Amino acid sequence: MQFDAEALCLQLAGQIRPHLKPSTVLIGIRTGGLWLAERLHELLGIQPSPGAIDTSFYRDDYGAKGLHAHPQRTEIPFSIENSHVILVDDVLYTGRTTRAALNEIFDFGRPACVELAVLVDRGGRELPVAARYCALTLPEPLPSTQTLQLERAADGVLDLRLIDA
Amino acid sequence: MHNPQLNKHGELQHLLTLDGLPRDVIASILDHAAPFTEVAEREVKKLPLLRGKSIFNLFFENSTRTRTTFEIAAKRLSADVVNLNVSTSSTSKGESLLDTVDNLCAMQADMFVVRHAASGAPVLIAQHLQANGREHIHVVNAGDGRHAHPTQGLLDMYTIRHYKGDFGNLTVAIVGDVLHSRVARSQIAALTALGVPEIRVIGPKTLFPTGIDKMGVRVFHDMREGLRGVDVVMMLRLQNERMNGALLPTPQEFFKVWGLTAEKLALAKPDAIVMHPGPLNRGIEIDSSVADGAQAVILPQVTFGIAVRMAVMSMLAGQ
Amino acid sequence: MKIRISNGRVIDPANQTDRIEDVFIAEGKIVARGTSPAGFAAERILDADGLIVIPGLIDIAARLREPGFEYRATLESEMEAAMAGGVTSLAIPPDTDPVLDEPGLVEMLCYRAKKLNCAHVYPIGALTLGLAGERLSEMAELVEAGCVAFSQANVPIVDNMVLMRAMQYAATFDFRVWLQPLAPFLSRGGYAHDGELASRLGIPGIPVAAETVALFTYLQLARITGARLHITRLSSAQGLELIKAARADGMNVTCDVSINHLHLCDLDIGYFNTHCHLVPPLRSQLDRDALSNGLAEGHIDALCSDHTPVDDDSKQKPFSESEPGATGLELLLPLTLKWANDNGIALTTALARITANAARLVGITKAGHLSPGARADICIFDPAARTHVSREKLKSQGKNTPFLGLDLPGAVRYTLVEGRLMFER
Repeated sequence: MQFDAEALCLQLAGQIRPHLKPSTVLIGIRTGGLWLAERLHELLGIQPSPGAIDTSFYRDDYGAKGLHAHPQRTEIPFSIENSHVILVDDVLYTGRTTRAALNEIFDFGRPACVELAVLVDRGGRELPVAARYCALTLPEPLPSTQTLQLERAADGVLDLRLIDA
Repeated sequence: MHNPQLNKHGELQHLLTLDGLPRDVIASILDHAAPFTEVAEREVKKLPLLRGKSIFNLFFENSTRTRTTFEIAAKRLSADVVNLNVSTSSTSKGESLLDTVDNLCAMQADMFVVRHAASGAPVLIAQHLQANGREHIHVVNAGDGRHAHPTQGLLDMYTIRHYKGDFGNLTVAIVGDVLHSRVARSQIAALTALGVPEIRVIGPKTLFPTGIDKMGVRVFHDMREGLRGVDVVMMLRLQNERMNGALLPTPQEFFKVWGLTAEKLALAKPDAIVMHPGPLNRGIEIDSSVADGAQAVILPQVTFGIAVRMAVMSMLAGQ
Repeated sequence: MKIRISNGRVIDPANQTDRIEDVFIAEGKIVARGTSPAGFAAERILDADGLIVIPGLIDIAARLREPGFEYRATLESEMEAAMAGGVTSLAIPPDTDPVLDEPGLVEMLCYRAKKLNCAHVYPIGALTLGLAGERLSEMAELVEAGCVAFSQANVPIVDNMVLMRAMQYAATFDFRVWLQPLAPFLSRGGYAHDGELASRLGIPGIPVAAETVALFTYLQLARITGARLHITRLSSAQGLELIKAARADGMNVTCDVSINHLHLCDLDIGYFNTHCHLVPPLRSQLDRDALSNGLAEGHIDALCSDHTPVDDDSKQKPFSESEPGATGLELLLPLTLKWANDNGIALTTALARITANAARLVGITKAGHLSPGARADICIFDPAARTHVSREKLKSQGKNTPFLGLDLPGAVRYTLVEGRLMFER
């Protein structure tokens, strides 16, 4: 399966553009979602710069797997009180990461609304989560042995890869 | 008797001492602590990591300060925290340390944070839990006798890394009562593990333990000589009961010879930082002008201390 | 009962003999060795082929914990341990509760021990009342009651004038004075050898000076008073040097070392192993090696178990709060054999330290050797077998020993006390 991540990115920006509000802010989920949010920030000219969320401290598998090996900072350098938050992630799968991110966002304040934007919906949902903006929905859910991974080259070009475990 | 703090996979099971803890484990705790510093700035200063976990602060020796930082750290991780000042309860009724522990285990404790006046008390508890098939209960040493105060040592390392970036070229001086100090022992262990090339200890011979020269430190008795060119000055607290008697004649003389003043600090590097584990004895270990001065990082130490303790607790409980 | 011990290798250090021969016992005494006395009809023959026959061991320091500490051990449990260890005579330190400072108490202890009919008990009386270091005990009466020497156990006398008077008074009767070299202020508040390990673990230390300073004092006071001084539980090389110098100077002073200090050093504390919490503290490897040499060369007269049963609760505490001491009656022989094996020391020499020499220190003449006419206190052991040290196998009520889990050379097969077979395995 081949993907053109750059084209999907443009497509996603196109979906979002008509719905922008003065109070719109972007929050990307580390790491892929943040790259995507940074790209959308450029394409859509949204101010301020996107916030970054690391969901390590909110994951529901902490009890079973322990703390993530390399947790990073969550940085939301703006007030989200009453704002229109677009939560950005690269791939939507079980929905658990989205759940963790939502919980974390609400520890920073009460946004007016939160919408989810993803590059690819690979199916396999385990929670009632849906993306408002989605550049590509796979026709068949991917088997759990496969991983979709967003990568960013040194020159900033995004690339989406399918990896077999 | 081996040290039970690492399990057979080399993962941290308990935090009892920094002595012998591998460099990568120490570095990993510091790395984990970094993202926790941000939580204090949030609207809701709470993470759900330890939701539903019961943490018992078992303090056999009074220390409001340390207990409070552990309590805040645990509460910011959403744990249920129970504070027990055992010095005023069970043991005065004759209950043994391990009976107290067994009782709390029966209340489904997940973690003990232990402060005790006797060296090795938290080690004994960890060994006891291990021997009774309770490996899932973790022990954090919050200071035992003269042995170790690992979270203090870690927060000191975090502070140094924050201000100095790297440990590879530093000269660090530890000043004061090393003999009775668990903090100094943990600092020396951590600085050594992290590859600090020169660790100095400064103080009178009466306040150094036997064989200190074999702990990998350079021994100085002259404060001025010892401070020359250092990057970090770590002051130790002098306990009241040791200020007058056979160890030291008077606090005044101690201050005169080993107290940190602006004039002595000027011998260190211009960008040297000054640290102190608190609570401060102004005019005894440290002059107010230094404690409140631009080079002091004593209050950031406290702030970092909470993040470091959050990191330790969440790494242990997630094991 | 007439017993013949046949074909054993008989080692009798007192008589400097080591050969395969038979031993004949009648009416509680050894009647002959080698050839059978005329008309001797053995009622029991103990086949000692491949075994070693030695005098029953004399342990010059064994706490039986009675009176006062019966929850830690009783005469019954510890006598059983003594029998299992081949120990047939015990000298008992006075730190019981109440301490052995009253003739009545000593008589009671001797009576209780005699009724059990096991090992012979030799109480050491308290030098001062309550070991408090203030008033002298009734030494003459205590000796009449059965005491063989006087000591302060591990409680040093603070006031040197009292110490000098106590030594003078004992010297009046030529009573033995056994002193543990511990300078009171230098040892106070310490729990381990003041060395690198204690410094790392933050255990308050006891400097070697606690031993040497006390030794200087004791030796000097013994010179002045003429007291018959015996130094108990040496722990350091420097302490040993002081004893050697005093002896070279013509002074009649004796000393002993414990099995723990002969085999272990402060590093064995590891990470707060309270089984290694002992008085005096385990010192450095160099000290241990010096003690081993000193014992081999005869500068140290005897080896003892310093048997101190401690209950588990008192050991399962932080190091400094734990009770010092280790159980040892059953380990005295195996650890003597291990010492001999490890250091290439002749068995006759090694065994003398726990038989003939020990007898001399306590003043026992009827035992500690295998001459005809001697009390038939005998230990027969298998040098090829091993003694595994485990909580389950120890008969002593105290399971506290740093040697738990080890396999030691030699195993006692028979113990005889006055010709009665008290133990067999």
